[in-house]
Amino acid sequence: MNSISRRRFLKISGATIATAAILTGAGKTFVKGAEKINREKVKGIQKIPTYCDLCFWKCGAIAYLKDGELWKVEGNPLDPLSKGRLCPRGTGGVGAYYDEDRLKTPLIRKNLRGEEKWVEVTWDEAFEFIADKMNKIKNQYGPESVALFSHGIGGNFIKHLLRAYGSPNETAPSFAQCRGPREVGFELTFGDVVGSPERTDIENTKCLVLIGSHLGENMHNTQVQEFSHAIQKGASIIVVDPRFSVAAGKAKYYLPIKPGTDLALLLAWMGVIVREKLYDADYISKYGYGFDKFAAEVSQYTPEWAYIETGIEPEIIVETAREMARYKPATLVHPGRHATWYGDDTQRSRAIALLNALLGSWGRKGGFYVPYSYSIPKYPYPPYPELKREPVDNPEGKFPFATGEQISTGIREATITGKPYPIKGWFIYGTNLMQALPNRDETIKAIQNLDLMVVVDVVPSEIAGWADVVLPESVYLERYDDLNTSPFREGFVGIRQPVIDEPNNQKPNWWIAKKLAEKLGLENYFPWKDAEEYLDTRLKLAGISLDELKKTGIIKAPEKPIYFEDGAEAEFATPSGKIEFYSDQLAQAGFDPIPRYTKHEQPPEGYFRLLYGRSPVHTFSKTQSNPLLRDMMSENELWINSDIAAKLGIRNGQKVKLKNQDGVISDPIKVKATERIRKDCVYMVHGFGQKSRQLRSTYKKGASDAELITKYNTDPLMGGTAMNVNFVTIESEV
Amino acid sequence: MPRYGMVIDTKKCVGCQDCVVACKTENNIPEGYNRDWIVTEVKGKFPTVQMEIRTERCNHCSNTPCVSCCPTGASHIHEFGGIVLVDHEMCIGCKACVEACPYDARYIHPDGYADKCTFCIHRVEKGQNPACVEVCPTHCMYFGDLDDPNSEVSKLLQSRKWHVNLPDAGTEPNIFYLI
Ligand code: SF4
Ligand code: SF4
Ligand code: SF4
Repeated sequence: MNSISRRRFLKISGATIATAAILTGAGKTFVKGAEKINREKVKGIQKIPTYCDLCFWKCGAIAYLKDGELWKVEGNPLDPLSKGRLCPRGTGGVGAYYDEDRLKTPLIRKNLRGEEKWVEVTWDEAFEFIADKMNKIKNQYGPESVALFSHGIGGNFIKHLLRAYGSPNETAPSFAQCRGPREVGFELTFGDVVGSPERTDIENTKCLVLIGSHLGENMHNTQVQEFSHAIQKGASIIVVDPRFSVAAGKAKYYLPIKPGTDLALLLAWMGVIVREKLYDADYISKYGYGFDKFAAEVSQYTPEWAYIETGIEPEIIVETAREMARYKPATLVHPGRHATWYGDDTQRSRAIALLNALLGSWGRKGGFYVPYSYSIPKYPYPPYPELKREPVDNPEGKFPFATGEQISTGIREATITGKPYPIKGWFIYGTNLMQALPNRDETIKAIQNLDLMVVVDVVPSEIAGWADVVLPESVYLERYDDLNTSPFREGFVGIRQPVIDEPNNQKPNWWIAKKLAEKLGLENYFPWKDAEEYLDTRLKLAGISLDELKKTGIIKAPEKPIYFEDGAEAEFATPSGKIEFYSDQLAQAGFDPIPRYTKHEQPPEGYFRLLYGRSPVHTFSKTQSNPLLRDMMSENELWINSDIAAKLGIRNGQKVKLKNQDGVISDPIKVKATERIRKDCVYMVHGFGQKSRQLRSTYKKGASDAELITKYNTDPLMGGTAMNVNFVTIESEV
Repeated sequence: MPRYGMVIDTKKCVGCQDCVVACKTENNIPEGYNRDWIVTEVKGKFPTVQMEIRTERCNHCSNTPCVSCCPTGASHIHEFGGIVLVDHEMCIGCKACVEACPYDARYIHPDGYADKCTFCIHRVEKGQNPACVEVCPTHCMYFGDLDDPNSEVSKLLQSRKWHVNLPDAGTEPNIFYLI
């Protein structure tokens, strides 16, 4: 998967001639409501293939109806991602349908923003309201002044609507608040991103190195399945984590690293491999650029030096470096996913990329495969209007390597300052910005400057509480969405199709986008009658039958080689066309061309570093009200080292509050005193402590790490917001 | 007749609870109740920690205190593969079996009867695996005939080290944990 750089994006869109006239205020249509599916209440069992939406992995699934009622969801055996087995969230997918806290009908704000007082309106009234504001914003500020925050494939039709409207500002917190540094670090090194699903060949690896990556708790289905396969085959597993994770329990080596020092360990590992000449010399001479300068610089990093920083014994550093080299190129130093930790995250990710390059694992079996997708042409829409202004997220290229995707916090910043130009409207699709972005106060401050804030979601998320208009979306089991053509080790196309009717007045996102387009006079951008016609048009262009796909759920592309050794093309879209051990473009921009270590602040006496992660039964802050998943985990716990708990006189199960360095105090959270964590940090699962009063079942259950993340460091290369930099004390009186 | 049992590889289980969720949807278990659950056992002192993660449920024991204590005969060993079951119609909800089970595998269903894992007999009769076995993303659970020396479960027990829960309770459990 090649990411399109920002520059390329602008060039492409600038070259198209705008043929679409914008008819503001025109095109008033009366919205009658989507036609009901009218699925017969068929007796017995019906099986309908679709793909899961409990997270972004998009596993192929089969929904079961029993006598016309939704019964269960299983994996689709034809699907290469799930191989017939969903993760616990996917298995709990029916709970999304039955969730009693779901949004039921469109809402317009009655009182002040954030007070969660609403008037129930018709879809037509909601669209009328939104279109009126959007037209006013367009007239006064230009169409660029409406921005979209979107997470997941469901946002595709709304993205299309906003591009048709004329805005270039479209972002997902999954970049600057999550995997962005990793993508940029790898792109700088190999000329390509890791992508999603990750191109990690865990299944065939002989040595797997996980740095803070908690597979098994982090339930990316394919990766967990492959992880178990690697365990079964006896792969050597090395886990680096301040917390004894589930994966650590499976490891041959567990390295309990001091938080903030991972880069020192990576440099020391590379030092050992270079000094002992354990690298893949053929691979490097064939594909590498700047290796000599790199080797000279990293050979100065010793295990003894790294020991002082990381607390990992020098002998273990040497032993694990040799272990990785023993299995090369089938050694996978996993790039992780949520990489926004300390502020030098792109350089740390680049160091991971370089370690893999030394081991020759990129493009090789047991390392990183070369993914491919089923190539299905886009819908032949009319060209978008010419963009007159650049996106606001990164003025004057302040973060020179923020390529490909936009910085959500940059858009928030522009909304606060009005620079480089004002942002007056926010569309938010499927992402709870209250938990996704650091420093809640800044988000609330930005919201105060908006003339329009629209949230489209299935549940009344915390951010929905701040909206002017809330649009209730159908859950995935009730709707069509765009085709899934994720790049993977096998190319395939997957379909999401409705299984059951919406219980209330919810609507699918394609319908929402189309109807709003009609109100805005942009109906020529939505020439299809419905999603089925849209999908059929796309599939026909690729010679695929919609009926066939609706029956199987998955159709595979012709096979292709996925390893260099099998003929996959070894292409590196870097300036040198090679794997860049030394990066001229980084040097020219004034950054370290080879990663260097920076010391990060450690918690002062009495404070603990706040770390957070995932539970296998929840996705972000999206699934807490799902009755099946809530039944598995209804609140989070505060992990704290047993000795420290004893010293502080706090008991297991007792409720405490956390107070961060800025005086922010959390909701009460249960203590889990455990031998599974270092003494200098505490840990909780992300996504709890929700403040939306409409989410009755989960309101203030547990504590929110996001609320305590008032401080963040910004990655100077790409604008990522590093969030593992908050320190807390524990207040035992509750 | 086969003797059905499970062999569970604790080296692969990640404790994700997928088996619990799948059991709940497959068998329509009401909110707040479950037939299977996860136990995480931690030993040692940080950072030298050993951990075992286990998915647990009724052990479908060969020597069953829950059956012998039942006053109505509702709790019984089914002839099909030695699966331990409760006849919901006959059960009076007296809780004797709930108390008698040393594994705490039974609960009283809101509809008034004792309920527990059925080894998904409705699936096994059709030649399918139990729902929890079939869903597990780590493929760590194996179901089959322990009396057949050529079954996958028997072979695993011959080739790997294992333990059972509460071996001293005299229950002769039919769920085995590979270590
Ligand atoms: S990983 Fe789980 S939640 Fe995500 S798409 Fe797959 S089954 Fe659904
Ligand atoms: S589904 Fe499998 S891996 Fe997950 S907890 Fe159950 S047995 Fe373990
Ligand atoms: S065998 Fe069936 S009833 Fe028993 S725990 Fe597994 S899914 Fe539940």
